[in-house]
Amino acid sequence: MSERTVKLVIDGREVFAKPTDTILKAAKDNGIYIPTLCYLEGLTAYGGCRLCVVEVKGNPKLMTSCTTPVSNNMEVITNSPRLNKYRKQIIELLLAERTHTCSVCVANGSCELQELATRFGVDHTSVSRNWKRFEIDMTHERFVLDHNRCILCTRCIRVCDEIEGVHVLDVKRRGKDSSIVIDLDEPWAASYSCTSCGKCSAVCPVGAIYVKLKPLSETKKKELPEFVVERRRR
Amino acid sequence: MAKVKVATVWLSGCSGCHMSFLDQDEKIIELAEKIELVYSPIVDIKDFPENVDITFVEGAVANEEQLHQLKTIRERTKLLIAFGDCAVTGNVVALRNMFQDSVKEVLERAYVENVDHSKQYPTQVPKLLENAHPLHEVVKVDFYLPGCPPSAELINYVLNEILDGRKPSLEGRFKFG
Repeated sequence: MSERTVKLVIDGREVFAKPTDTILKAAKDNGIYIPTLCYLEGLTAYGGCRLCVVEVKGNPKLMTSCTTPVSNNMEVITNSPRLNKYRKQIIELLLAERTHTCSVCVANGSCELQELATRFGVDHTSVSRNWKRFEIDMTHERFVLDHNRCILCTRCIRVCDEIEGVHVLDVKRRGKDSSIVIDLDEPWAASYSCTSCGKCSAVCPVGAIYVKLKPLSETKKKELPEFVVERRRR
Repeated sequence: MAKVKVATVWLSGCSGCHMSFLDQDEKIIELAEKIELVYSPIVDIKDFPENVDITFVEGAVANEEQLHQLKTIRERTKLLIAFGDCAVTGNVVALRNMFQDSVKEVLERAYVENVDHSKQYPTQVPKLLENAHPLHEVVKVDFYLPGCPPSAELINYVLNEILDGRKPSLEGRFKFG
């Protein structure tokens, strides 16, 4: 274990972090909130959702705190009108891209996107919703994959690959047409590689992958990857 | 002091938001001292009056009559509130927007496929629009009050803030669904 030898300033507060830490980790360890969505402790961070962007002094670009390592004398701002504007925009676009209808969703009340909308006061979407319809895969005896609620955070893909070690899931197509695939784009029930472990549904931040007949609040286990990684390290 | 003129309107929704409005219970008595309910599904007035101060509009805009109605409401209202998820996002009402030929599919499903006799489309009712819309796609909305339904506490908070001349802040207070 390395020592906290890096000194940086986050929101005007002097904090110490390990050289291997990211800005997000350093902030979290010091009780400073940065919103995240695609990031999940225990999985490889890839900076996809951009919600965790922060301002770093001397750098005109916004940096994703989940992938940017700390460095000495770095000055970070996690909360500003500019950052909030972008974060709200991201939440709005995510809400508009697929058909997020909280009232009839299995994740209602335990959805991370819903929570973020509440927290950031995204009370409507200024862009019209997309209303594109995706087929729902209900072939598996226990799980459902509903692309209409997917935000393409890829947590399911990463947990399947990195924690379960199977890599059943992946993405097909690009941009707004992207969607999660099972094996080589087959119905879930036809998958030979899927072990039916349910880790994908445990980490889904929304209601896109869920256990049949169960509310997400019962099956969600956000801390699962971190727990497994920690155990394996011992 | 003259009372503030408040109206509530029920478009394509389930009336759940109105139920939640009534759920303010005894606080409605306090409100009654400050507001006059000039138009509502629970008030027997046929035409939407002129010079309304605040209008709560529940439901999405799903047919031609509602489209016309909402435009009239907008002209006659100072502050228009999108009241509940259907008015704010389209919610369940707008789920049909995902289908290619949504009007035909919806009517077919409801009036032909799922009925045992007298299979026919309704004729004496307003025509459905191609898509169901949240209010702000049709008119300017001044305030969004999401929730399915918004809680009675939230409705009471919003209304009282507005009556006291403040702009309500929903950050951390509301919830879609």
